[in-house]
Amino acid sequence: MHNYSNSHNVKYQLAIEEPLEHKEAVVESIDKYKVSIQNVNGWFGTKRAIKDINLNVKERTVTAFIGPSGCGKTTLVRCLNRMHEMTPGARAEGRVIVDGVNIYDKSIDPVIIRRRIGMVFQKPNPFPTMSIFENVAAGLKLNGINNKTIIREIVEESLRNAALWDEVKNQLEQPGMSLSGGQQQRLCIARALALQPEVLLMDEPTSSLDPFGSSKIEELVRSLKDNVTIIIVTHNMQQAARVSDFTAFMYLGDLIEYGSTNQIFMKPEKELTERYISGKFG
Amino acid sequence: MFSFLVFGAAVYTLLMVGLVAYSVVKGSIDIFSYEGIGFVIQTNWNPVEGRESFGALPYIVGTLISSAIAMAIGVPISLAIAVFISEIAPPRIGTPLSFITELLAAVPSIIYGLWALFVFRFWVRDLIEKPLYDAFHGYLPFFAKTPFGLDIFTAGIVLAIMIIPIVSSICREVMRVVPNSQREAAYSLGATRWETVRVAVFPYVKSGLVGATMLGLGRAVGETILVTMVIGNVIGPGAIPTSLFSQGQTLSSLIANEFNEASSDLHLSALIALGMILLILTMAINIVARLLVKKKVKVSSGAKSE
Amino acid sequence: MNSNNNYRDILQETVTKKYKKRLFVDKLVTILTVVCVVAAIVPLVSILLEVVKNGVSAISFEFITQPQGSIGLGGGGVAPAIQGTIIVVGLASLIAAPIGVVTGIYLSEFAKEGTFPNMVRFFNDVLTGLPSIVIGIVGYVVIVLAMGSFSVLAGSISLSIIMMPIVVRVTEETLKIIPHSLREAGYSLGISKAKITLFIVLPSAKNGILTGIVIAISRIAGETAPLIMTILGTSLFFTGITGPVDALPLRIWRLASQPYESAHAFGWGSALILILMILALSIGLRFLAQRRSLFK
Repeated sequence: MHNYSNSHNVKYQLAIEEPLEHKEAVVESIDKYKVSIQNVNGWFGTKRAIKDINLNVKERTVTAFIGPSGCGKTTLVRCLNRMHEMTPGARAEGRVIVDGVNIYDKSIDPVIIRRRIGMVFQKPNPFPTMSIFENVAAGLKLNGINNKTIIREIVEESLRNAALWDEVKNQLEQPGMSLSGGQQQRLCIARALALQPEVLLMDEPTSSLDPFGSSKIEELVRSLKDNVTIIIVTHNMQQAARVSDFTAFMYLGDLIEYGSTNQIFMKPEKELTERYISGKFG
Repeated sequence: MFSFLVFGAAVYTLLMVGLVAYSVVKGSIDIFSYEGIGFVIQTNWNPVEGRESFGALPYIVGTLISSAIAMAIGVPISLAIAVFISEIAPPRIGTPLSFITELLAAVPSIIYGLWALFVFRFWVRDLIEKPLYDAFHGYLPFFAKTPFGLDIFTAGIVLAIMIIPIVSSICREVMRVVPNSQREAAYSLGATRWETVRVAVFPYVKSGLVGATMLGLGRAVGETILVTMVIGNVIGPGAIPTSLFSQGQTLSSLIANEFNEASSDLHLSALIALGMILLILTMAINIVARLLVKKKVKVSSGAKSE
Repeated sequence: MNSNNNYRDILQETVTKKYKKRLFVDKLVTILTVVCVVAAIVPLVSILLEVVKNGVSAISFEFITQPQGSIGLGGGGVAPAIQGTIIVVGLASLIAAPIGVVTGIYLSEFAKEGTFPNMVRFFNDVLTGLPSIVIGIVGYVVIVLAMGSFSVLAGSISLSIIMMPIVVRVTEETLKIIPHSLREAGYSLGISKAKITLFIVLPSAKNGILTGIVIAISRIAGETAPLIMTILGTSLFFTGITGPVDALPLRIWRLASQPYESAHAFGWGSALILILMILALSIGLRFLAQRRSLFK
């Protein structure tokens, strides 16, 4: 990770003590975007998986990353909460500015970032030894909250926001694994939401679910965006068209085109985009 | 023809187990008919002709206490090593390290005994026992006796070293089975590395870790030659340890010490009876341990295939 | 939908408050694990150093070829023990290895499931966990008493009871890894199961099984307890498999129990020889395995 010089000569405080909201720093032309991805490159060993990605995500929107297998969309998304570098041999360079703070700056600990940028994975991964309640509360307890009332309130609210509360409210003590696949995924979403993230990354969240479960998740995504900025990776184009406001199309590690979902699907500017949209290649 | 041969070999295993049970029972019949089941809780050890009286209790206690010390010291260390190799160290450090811990298992216990007797006991005496004695012997019964290095404490420590390879390698094995998606779930909630291990790995493999511990216990309980060289070798009621620095005796160490000089058939029978008690103890521990570890590995691979 | 700015603030506040401590705990745990790793390596290094340091001075040509001289005067050597170890361990391996491999083949190729094979596996596991002193008792009761004397036979059979289950387990696991397609190829050519096992499966598993056998041999070479009550341990050379014999682990134990410095020195020397022999066995095997694979 390089120390990029700040060409705007702005002093910004990256002290951990400061909550992200009270930034004194104002980086020009970035502050109207929630997430600004600048010249991001990602490697697995010597193989470069994503090349020079530049993309800005607006607050309270749903942005979809689409593209064929291997295009780098999952890699990119995992760079946004610094999970990419956890794979042995993997690294990322560039800047990802969230609320004016470059999360790749040397002074930032990824542990702090990941609380504010939540993630939901392809296969639901609730903690098998914990109950439904404990699963949702897991993040809170980890981060040091131990006020029981607050935890109970947040758990209930998160389960409601994940459209799961009514189904489980009377069985919160049941093991998390006793739920169906779709419910487990909503449980994982509730678990992520409990930490009040500002950005929620979703990596192909419905690809292991049946159509009914998938549609519930899609409904959820649309309802969540008022509070959370959502970035969703999907290999299902129709899903992208259904849930997102903006869409980014990637191919072989490059960002080919990015724009409003309407524009991408109705009037794609690049030929590659057009071919992908019309199903000319997987 | 071939399959007959092969089948026959399998029968051999069962035969061996039967042989073990038979020998041990046959050998101990004499003492049990002489003293009855009370043998197990008596404390005398008097082989003198005409006044024979034997009791296994002090040695059962000695075995349990020395093994308990070995567990208390060895299990946390083994777990820490397993966590380091499996969760913290990069593979190019982890692989040679696990090889090195395996080397510890390859050292014959007679050589552990030699080293413990001539080298290690002085370290223990001077670096651990004397300071503890000086500081606490007035108040805590644990440290009451004057330490000179050959006691159940030293035996316990060296036993701890001996069980490290087996406990840590099984801990590592069960931890390896934890799917990475679990760890990622914890990290994505903003957990530190230790918190991830604590929340995503340990609960997942709890019974496997317990199983590993019990396998270590089985090893510690059965160890003979090392113990007999450093535990101090006392017999009779005085062999029940009253402090960490007491001399002691375990079931296996007494058998090793007295077998060749047993003065009568009854004496020999008493020794073999100690062996039977040891056998039952070890078998129970190992069976429970294997069940726990097998269950863990099975459940995990079952869950993974979902 | 509820606005959750309130919760956000609470969370942010708590997180920043507790962050330093969590980081500290994480670092502490890392340090502790490293300390434990070092704690395990130190004894290993110390043992090896001491054995070499104290044993080297005792070793001489006389040491390896002569029996022991008078106690207390030093002189002589531990040749009978070296010879005894080779004979007793060798005989035990000759008994345990074939039976162990064949049983492993049974479990892996001929009877994967079923009550009987599972019983065999279970009891095999039980056998691996038995204390070696108990095995010694078995050897004593079944052979020494029956034959009326301490003997090489009693020692070898006892050691073979310890070695066999190890070989069984290693064989079964090694064979399990061999891909099924190999066997299927044989079946499709109409070859009998016995031939497939002997000529197709076994050669592929050879290395793994040999390694397992060597590990098992190394294990029993260092065993002392079962020898105490089966071979007795004399200071004479081998006189026949029905007579007593000496062995290195046993000799070390006896030497260590004596009060004389010279005896202790002999003990260290014998320990060094024992380790060298075990090492030679492992290295010899690895060398053999390399050469074989070169030919392939």
